Amino acid sequence: MITTQRSHTGGGGLQSPRSPSSQPPFLSVSVTDPAKMGNGVQAYISYKVITKTNFPDYQGPEKIVIRRYTDFVWLRDCLFKKYKGIFIPPLPEKSTVEKFRFSAEFIEMRRQALDSFVNRIALHHELQHSEDLRTFLQADEQTMERARSQDTGIFKRKPADLMQIFRDVQSKVSDVVLGKEKPVEETNPEYEKLKRYIFELEDHLAEAQKHAYRLVKRHRELGQSLSDFGKAIKLLGACEGDALGTAFSELGAKSEMLSIKLQREAHHLLMNFEEPLKDYVRAVQSIKGTIGERANAFRQQCELSETIKLKEIDLNKLRLTRSEKMLDAEHEYEELKADGEEATRRFETIVKLMNEEIIRFQDEKTQDMGLAFHEFAKGQARLANGIADAWRSLIPKLDALTLSSS
Amino acid sequence: MMAYENEGFEEAHPYASPHEDMESLVLHDDDTNNNLSKSNGGAHGRDDNQRHYPHNSFNSFLEPPSYAEAVFRSFDGDHTKQINSHGVVSTSMPSTNSDYLKISVTDPREEEDLVAGGNTYVTYLITTWTNLPEFNGTEFSLRRRFKDIVTLSDRLSESYRGFFIPMRPDKSVVGKQVTQKQEFVEQRRMALEKYLKKLAAHPVIRRSEELRVFLQVQGKLPLMKTTNMASRMVDGAVKLPKQLFGEPVESAKGGGDLLRIFKELRQSVTYGWGATKPPLVEEDKEFMEKKMKLQEFELALGNVSLQAESLVKAQQDIGETMGQLGLAFVKLTQFETNEAMFNSQKARARDMKNVSTSAVKASRLYRELNAQTIKHLDKLHDYLGVMLDVNNAYSDRSNALLTIQTLVSEVSALNSRIEKLEAVAFKVFGGDSSRIQKLEELKETMRVTNEAKNQAVREYEYIKENNKIELERLDKERREDFIGMMKGFVVNQVGYAEKMSSAWEIVANETSGYAERCR
Repeated sequence: MITTQRSHTGGGGLQSPRSPSSQPPFLSVSVTDPAKMGNGVQAYISYKVITKTNFPDYQGPEKIVIRRYTDFVWLRDCLFKKYKGIFIPPLPEKSTVEKFRFSAEFIEMRRQALDSFVNRIALHHELQHSEDLRTFLQADEQTMERARSQDTGIFKRKPADLMQIFRDVQSKVSDVVLGKEKPVEETNPEYEKLKRYIFELEDHLAEAQKHAYRLVKRHRELGQSLSDFGKAIKLLGACEGDALGTAFSELGAKSEMLSIKLQREAHHLLMNFEEPLKDYVRAVQSIKGTIGERANAFRQQCELSETIKLKEIDLNKLRLTRSEKMLDAEHEYEELKADGEEATRRFETIVKLMNEEIIRFQDEKTQDMGLAFHEFAKGQARLANGIADAWRSLIPKLDALTLSSS
Repeated sequence: MMAYENEGFEEAHPYASPHEDMESLVLHDDDTNNNLSKSNGGAHGRDDNQRHYPHNSFNSFLEPPSYAEAVFRSFDGDHTKQINSHGVVSTSMPSTNSDYLKISVTDPREEEDLVAGGNTYVTYLITTWTNLPEFNGTEFSLRRRFKDIVTLSDRLSESYRGFFIPMRPDKSVVGKQVTQKQEFVEQRRMALEKYLKKLAAHPVIRRSEELRVFLQVQGKLPLMKTTNMASRMVDGAVKLPKQLFGEPVESAKGGGDLLRIFKELRQSVTYGWGATKPPLVEEDKEFMEKKMKLQEFELALGNVSLQAESLVKAQQDIGETMGQLGLAFVKLTQFETNEAMFNSQKARARDMKNVSTSAVKASRLYRELNAQTIKHLDKLHDYLGVMLDVNNAYSDRSNALLTIQTLVSEVSALNSRIEKLEAVAFKVFGGDSSRIQKLEELKETMRVTNEAKNQAVREYEYIKENNKIELERLDKERREDFIGMMKGFVVNQVGYAEKMSSAWEIVANETSGYAERCR
């Protein structure tokens, strides 16, 4: 739950002229209290979304609504459609493993990811003004459901799908096979560099995330083996009896205690290191969606440009022949020109936004990863200290035993 | 040959010197021969050695040595430690006062078997360094083959019944084929070395004539090879009581021997191999309790050994994954540095570099930790081996008891035959001369058998005494070894955890700014 600040020094925006002395505008959201609803196949998780704000269009100061995962997806899709050029915050994936879906861990990971999602939107200087956001945060459940069902089908395509189209379109092989001409592409070298960067970054991050996830598992496994080892040592201590047996028992007990520490650290590692890495991967994938949108906009602009040229030729032909079609043709031509301008404007907006977004994105990721690294290192140091303390406490006892054994 | 002369003493003393001498042997023995095998004998000093070694992997971290580091450094490699009778740390090198017996097995060579013709066998160079008085010399070597080891082992088993004698390496045939021969020979060499070291570590056996002859007397091993069929069968199926087919300890007549052998065999079968359930119950309650406790101990030990293995594996796995994570971040660091278009990327690259450095360091630490852990917890495996030796010693005891019982029943059988014959022989006037002659023979046989029984009783008492002494020795050594093991394990863990903690604390501190920004 992060209070929104204007991260962007342009425009006064929502500062109400009526109350010059009022506090700066804020939009604070949190996603909490996951609850299992329904039964069997129909079962799903619902979340409480709490909004605290002084935005004029919002029902303030606080509003609570109940939302489910598909509502978040709807919001993401709306934003993706309406705010082309902006890197829409990523959503956690839909779970494919049935059993896992309702585990406490999964629910917590999802809740955290959804909370991040909404907060990032609320923090974004453009996205925070979205009508769809307001609907999401404020509307009652029926309105929400109506909105959701209206837009399903149209935005079912995930950014990943668009990416697939983008990729196919870039492939020379498919072009040859399908007999298509190579589609028009931007020839901006800086942009090429950015695209390459994004694609490679995803690969690197995915690998890091894979190992991070494995590391979580390893912590759990080590914890389990420490627990088993501790139990076994305790039994051995029972066989020995006397001071030596006691020492064994204590060793066993420490081992079991450390097992718990390890399980705890595994969880901490999962939530505070692995998940942020996964989130980073998702964010990069979302950017790929935006890249796709830019390509589409560029193509549209080019196509329209072509069409306009052709139309102009036609029009001139008609002008010469003074055909009755000329008026219609002129009309069409004007319309096309307007569309052309619109397409160009759209494309240029995307380019401008992307340039701003990439800076914002890099800053955000440095902060996010910096925090994740901090938590990772802190956790590991804490764990190591715990381990050292636990074992160290046994040394004086063992020393005493050594002295007495002779 | 162990001093079991027919002195007719009712008490058997296992050694010429009293019990205390053995203890002093234990305490003063130098441990240069104790590199790997510290199972059931010899010196035990291995705790708290504050030696510092000039080249040590930890110097590369350029960190001041902590207490833990100094202490657990001593567990690196094969450095041996000492503990004096007060359990206080001492850093003494092998001094001229303490005695030592160091053996090495090297240089396996294939030689032609001139007797068998055409066959080859492998000999090993056995080198001994010692200052024990019974050896004439301080350094000598000779070549022995595996058969000689078998002979040595068999002879020791016969002479030192009741002792916890280390078991010799298996005779396994697998791997003798040419393709795996090199590996097999190397494994055998290591096993032989470990075995001889264990023998040298045993306070009684290291002084034995058998061992001395094996180590020192050149040429063909002059230890008489016994008709010890049991030895040949040992690695295969059942372990027969060695004594049954060996050199007769008693001086009974030939025919009677064979009969007795079969009687014992039958009884053995009835009561199970090496079982302790003869008609005469083992009267030593203390012994029975001790035996049961040892069985419990063996079970618990086996369990710990198993869990120790999985602990080691888990430590290994986490180290590996940490290393892979580190590498992934190294790549990311390079990538972000190369592609940096913004300062935020440079900052992130810096952070990633710190994380990757610590992760790689942690990975290395886990690997080292594990290597040490394996060494410490190896004690558990050693003692599992010792338990087998103990079981053998107990078998000696029960077999000796079986022998007594067999002889007792033989004596009573002979007695009843004599009585019957007496009744008949003197019914006839003047006596039945043939029957009287037979009577004389029987009486002679019974006298001899009775003698044998008495000797068997002495043998049994001798074994019992050995058992008792060995048990005490085992208890003491096990206690010391286990304390040492625990201490080593614990100190090791502390040391490495401390190092890991400081590596991560660096990163935590350098990234603390991000946490503050969040508030």
